[in-house]
Amino acid sequence: MPVTVEVVGEKSGTSEAINKVFDYFKYVDENFSPFKETSELSRINRGEIKRDEWSDEMQVVFMLSEKTKEETDGYFDIAAPDGKLNPSGLVKGWAIQNAAHLLRNGGFSDFYVDAGGDIQACGKNSRGEDWKIGIKNPFKQEEVVKVLDIKSEGVATSGTYIRGQHIYNPKDKGKELTEVVSLTVVGPNIYEADRFATAAFAMGPKGIYFIENLPGFEGYMIDKNGLATETSGFKKHVHVNA
Amino acid sequence: MAKKFFLSLSLIVAFCIYAILSQAKDVYVAPSGQTNGLNLSGNTTPTPNPAPTEPPPSTTPPIPAPVPTPAPAPAPKPKPAGQYKDGSYTGSVADAYYGYVQVKAIISGGKITDVRFLNYPQDRGTSIEINTQAMPYLTQEAITAQNANVDVVSGATETSRAFRESLAAALALAK
Repeated sequence: MPVTVEVVGEKSGTSEAINKVFDYFKYVDENFSPFKETSELSRINRGEIKRDEWSDEMQVVFMLSEKTKEETDGYFDIAAPDGKLNPSGLVKGWAIQNAAHLLRNGGFSDFYVDAGGDIQACGKNSRGEDWKIGIKNPFKQEEVVKVLDIKSEGVATSGTYIRGQHIYNPKDKGKELTEVVSLTVVGPNIYEADRFATAAFAMGPKGIYFIENLPGFEGYMIDKNGLATETSGFKKHVHVNA
Repeated sequence: MAKKFFLSLSLIVAFCIYAILSQAKDVYVAPSGQTNGLNLSGNTTPTPNPAPTEPPPSTTPPIPAPVPTPAPAPAPKPKPAGQYKDGSYTGSVADAYYGYVQVKAIISGGKITDVRFLNYPQDRGTSIEINTQAMPYLTQEAITAQNANVDVVSGATETSRAFRESLAAALALAK
């Protein structure tokens, strides 16, 4: 998963701070990856460690997953169809959020952290403007279909991937989600935006209404026909060319 | 030699006709897709769109996938597997779960110099308002390309399987 960090301004210790962020993502990947045999998550799924032996971070992630499941009427569920536990739908946003905290604590105020297309922005960009965040055309990789003006907020996109659906409907695990291709959520921070984007995507076409009803969140959903539906307050985030 | 050329030419012509027919069909299908989009209550009947066929098993595609890069970068160009004949070649229409994708590969100097999307949903009507019972009005619009510079892009990082399928078909013609 590509991670990009941009920090604005000349300041001593910038490269050290950025390295710390990359080390943190490496640490998260090594512990939470469902694809790595040696990760703590894989060991938990193989029954090798008991719940009271889990790391503090793992305990926190599972607690947050439980909370999110309740808040999304069960649409966010870390129990995968194969019976294994996979909190990936929340870990990425949580890790980006923690990485942004690392930078803030290091005294940085203008930056963004992007991990695999999910972004936490902070402050202003190098031109002193709001961060310009594009929404990728899910049908055409290099094209942007919307440009957003983002202040200190999080932007997460859930979508369909080459390996088929990476999000399934927990209430009907055999059913593929095919109507919605991409759902972008803007929220107060990336942790919140990411977990609700994951859950709302699992709801199919109804997901945009879930976002509509969440105070402080806006969404932009693209369906398989290239038709986009936006929440009623989404326009305030859309960049208008001067 | 001439016979082979003629065969190639007729194949290309056939594909062009196919492409035109496919696009015409796509336009015809569009209203039903939109109608479907109007009923977001969750109680809709199954869409009358062509049933998506079962995706083929995820075998290794013949063309190397464009490598996702961490920052917005110029379009990743798949490397040619070998020398291709100059010309432009249209790939088959591939089902991408969410619709149909068709690409045209432009070969110049034996190499792929451009890959263009001929068929992806981008040409639908202008903004419309939708209403569902007990639901707020939400605005709908067809997605359109934006030119403004961006700092960073949000979206899935992986390349469409359908894109690669269609491209592989186009390149097979260029051999």
